[in-house]
Amino acid sequence: MKPPPLIEARGLRKHFQRPRRFLAPAAPPLRAVDGVDLHIDAGETLGLVGESGCGKSTTGRLLLRLIEPTAGTLLHHGQDITRLGTSQMRQKRRAMQIIFQDPYGSLNPRMRVDELIGEPLVVHRVGDAAQRAARVRQLLDLVRLPANAVERYPHEFSGGQRQRIGIARALALEPEFVVADEAVSALDVSVQAQVINLMRELQRELKLTYLFISHNLAVVRNISDRVAVMYLGRVVEVAPADVLFAAPRHPYTRALLDALPGDHPSQRRAHVAVRGDLAQSSGSDAGCRFAVRCPHAQPRCLAAPPPLSAVDGRHQVACIRVADGSLPPSPHHAPDTT
Amino acid sequence: MNAPAPEPLLRLRGLDTGIGPRGPLILYGVDLDLAPGEVLGVVGESGSGKSMLALSLMGLLPQPVAVRAGQAWWGERDLFTLRPAQRRALRGGEMAMIFQEPMSSLNPVMRVSQQLGEVLRWHRGLQGAPARAESLRLLERVEMPDPPRQLDSYPHELSGGMRQRVMIAMALAGRPRLLVADEPTTALDVTIQAQILELLRRIQRDEGMAVLLITHDLGVIAQMCDRVAVMYAGRIVEHGSALDLFDRPTHPYTQGLLASRPRLSAGAGWLTTIEGTVPAVGQLPPGCAFAPRCAQAGDDCAQVPALAPCGPGHWAACVAPQRPRPAQGPHR
Amino acid sequence: MAAVMQAPLLAPPGRSDTLGRRLLRNRSFMIGAVLIGLITLGALLAGVIAPYDPLKGNFRARMVAPSAAYWFGTDHFGRDILSRILHGARISLQIGIAVALVTGLLGVVIGAASGYFRRLDGPIMRLMDAFMAFPGIILAIAISSVLGASVTNVIIALSIAATPHTARIVRASVIVVREMEYVEAARAIGASHTRILLRHILANSMAPLVVRMTYVFAVAILNEAVLSYIGVGPPPPTPTFGAIIANGRDFIVAAPWITVAPGLTVLVSVLGLNLLGDGLRDVLDPRMRVNAR
Repeated sequence: MKPPPLIEARGLRKHFQRPRRFLAPAAPPLRAVDGVDLHIDAGETLGLVGESGCGKSTTGRLLLRLIEPTAGTLLHHGQDITRLGTSQMRQKRRAMQIIFQDPYGSLNPRMRVDELIGEPLVVHRVGDAAQRAARVRQLLDLVRLPANAVERYPHEFSGGQRQRIGIARALALEPEFVVADEAVSALDVSVQAQVINLMRELQRELKLTYLFISHNLAVVRNISDRVAVMYLGRVVEVAPADVLFAAPRHPYTRALLDALPGDHPSQRRAHVAVRGDLAQSSGSDAGCRFAVRCPHAQPRCLAAPPPLSAVDGRHQVACIRVADGSLPPSPHHAPDTT
Repeated sequence: MNAPAPEPLLRLRGLDTGIGPRGPLILYGVDLDLAPGEVLGVVGESGSGKSMLALSLMGLLPQPVAVRAGQAWWGERDLFTLRPAQRRALRGGEMAMIFQEPMSSLNPVMRVSQQLGEVLRWHRGLQGAPARAESLRLLERVEMPDPPRQLDSYPHELSGGMRQRVMIAMALAGRPRLLVADEPTTALDVTIQAQILELLRRIQRDEGMAVLLITHDLGVIAQMCDRVAVMYAGRIVEHGSALDLFDRPTHPYTQGLLASRPRLSAGAGWLTTIEGTVPAVGQLPPGCAFAPRCAQAGDDCAQVPALAPCGPGHWAACVAPQRPRPAQGPHR
Repeated sequence: MAAVMQAPLLAPPGRSDTLGRRLLRNRSFMIGAVLIGLITLGALLAGVIAPYDPLKGNFRARMVAPSAAYWFGTDHFGRDILSRILHGARISLQIGIAVALVTGLLGVVIGAASGYFRRLDGPIMRLMDAFMAFPGIILAIAISSVLGASVTNVIIALSIAATPHTARIVRASVIVVREMEYVEAARAIGASHTRILLRHILANSMAPLVVRMTYVFAVAILNEAVLSYIGVGPPPPTPTFGAIIANGRDFIVAAPWITVAPGLTVLVSVLGLNLLGDGLRDVLDPRMRVNAR
């Protein structure tokens, strides 16, 4: 009997009210996350990709209830935490943490490194001062920062080092689940590589489960076991990483992969697969939201939102043309190793 | 550098840019040639000085940063000796620049028509109906979906990709011979980035415009550039054709950069890294700035290495190639 | 979309770049500090250095022009203006500091509550708007005349007049800081509202408040002078600046020094404080620090 997933979301929705003009009728809400079903098993890394406005960051925060869902259910080890009270939720937070994107904004500039990393311990009253100091030193060691960092302030460190501080802080309470929200996107390429390696190592050592949110497909490929692709608030495809990148099925995923610049001058892409900008269709619930830009759209695509259905094993796609097999095959081939 | 090639459009020699008259240098002795119609990529990470290079050329350095030495030959004239008024005449005309953040590079209280109109009036003397006609033509050129409507829009009514197109239109309005693009697609989504890059390539080909493309993204370099210069800590450490760079990277930093990219084709796995961090401005080690992080560093790295040829049209500022080096297979 | 963050352009601050040293290098701050410092020194040492008793008149030396014996001359009672000013400075500065502190405290509490708890924001700000509808000095006069003439009441009146604007400034800072990612990080850890407010939000919102407080100090001195001048300030014979000026009102032509001397002192105090505040603001403004992001 398989244990329940570590984290599961069912029918997750988040609607934001738009600011109203005085005396104007209320605008339809912004449906940032509109019916997301996801699960993450213990020990795995789920990559969550999509472009701006797709709702991936919001989803990450919903899973931790940093933002409250408008509708839907959240399960932690099978337990419903959607409406858990403040103090109980606080206990839960020890097990679920987040690493932020902005190394320059996610650390309080007026706190020293030891105060920053130790804050979770202080808030949850873990240990006394000496024990906390020891734990802070242990965490710094874990993220490969020198011990003398404790007295310094964030502005004395580079972007990559600040991210390490953020990681140390996230690990202070020994969480089992960590959401990495574009954790390496603001870093230079060579620093990115260091931090990604570090995260992988920490996962192995500390038995962590990651939700890795990123718009950078190559990075997601590198670190994820499974990948979910989002578009305008909905999950359009989920598959194991190698399957998704080798044989994407949803037209949006295909377009996304097609749009990536190649790795080498010999791989110059001559064509662009998808037209237009992200449609501002955040109010419409009618049908597939990608249909407006989809090269394979048909009138029936606008009739109803396509359900996420399995095409085989662990590969799910939200496209009616994929489901009934009528989608033309892609000219896109998996990028070969040079 | 390229003896039989046509007269370079831009010849940069010995550019030193620093903070104030006596503060630390940001750029050290940068030499660059740009042929007409060529796409030259400048790649580097934060702290490499690549943006400062672009701003030095355009005369847009923020106070107190200033050019301290060097010449920038634009035809017969040295840009650094021109008076501000003369540089202004060039800027937006023959030399145009587009920036990274389309959100903040357009004036939020001016309509697109007004912003385009400014360029057309200043650099091409067009006003009124002819200016509007030309503005529409430019917007079509950059493939805006609905030029008449978007011409009268304000920037906040347009998406990021459309704003970047407007910026490109403004740059084109002055009929530039050189377009400097500083991270033009970094702030855009992948699918939009692809569209913009394709647009730039097409325009560049049609207009025979030279492009100086500044980016940290090697994928963009691969997609767009004929030749590439790699910058580290304020110096050019390697330059050559794009193929040279990807197939025969010579400088250890270039090699490290290429190796540490996560790539779709490589699948999951440990990434190669370059240990250490970029030195801060004014805190460069003596000798080769990369030596502290370099696996191939030796005693001969105590002097700042000059750019030395390592292939036809391919130069690297490193002494390691002169030593016997480990076998290098085809690049992964 | 993520833009690649630029690493700090300059090296991290070394020893020479601490707050104190930056302040010392700022001309505005130094000049202001010297001006107000001199006056404060005079006020503190009034008992020691004042040549004469400020309250005792010498009828043989009435309305003497400034001279070697009486540096700022004497008034119609024969009281030495310099001595009166020195002692008056004490009171005026006390009032100024007290008002600045009280306003600061009230402003922080109201502004933080308003900026952090969105539901309180509307009602609190409307209340502040109501108070701000009255010109500060009029409000102070009204409150002062109701409460009666005394130093304490002057402090209360001036504080009430200055608080709404201060609260607004604090609120603006709080609103900006509350959106910062490190505040979200604190929530993710499970920190309580109190902790977030104190440790994260207010700790990073102080700069505009400190600058504002120097201005409140300056304006308090000025307003106290006005209140005393029209007679609703501390009762005579308390030698506040305004009282001294008021005394000389009838003798402006015959003995201008009675009004001019204290008037100049008020000017210098206010100028000094304003320069100090400008300097502080320049130094504390994160954009001015080239080595910030």
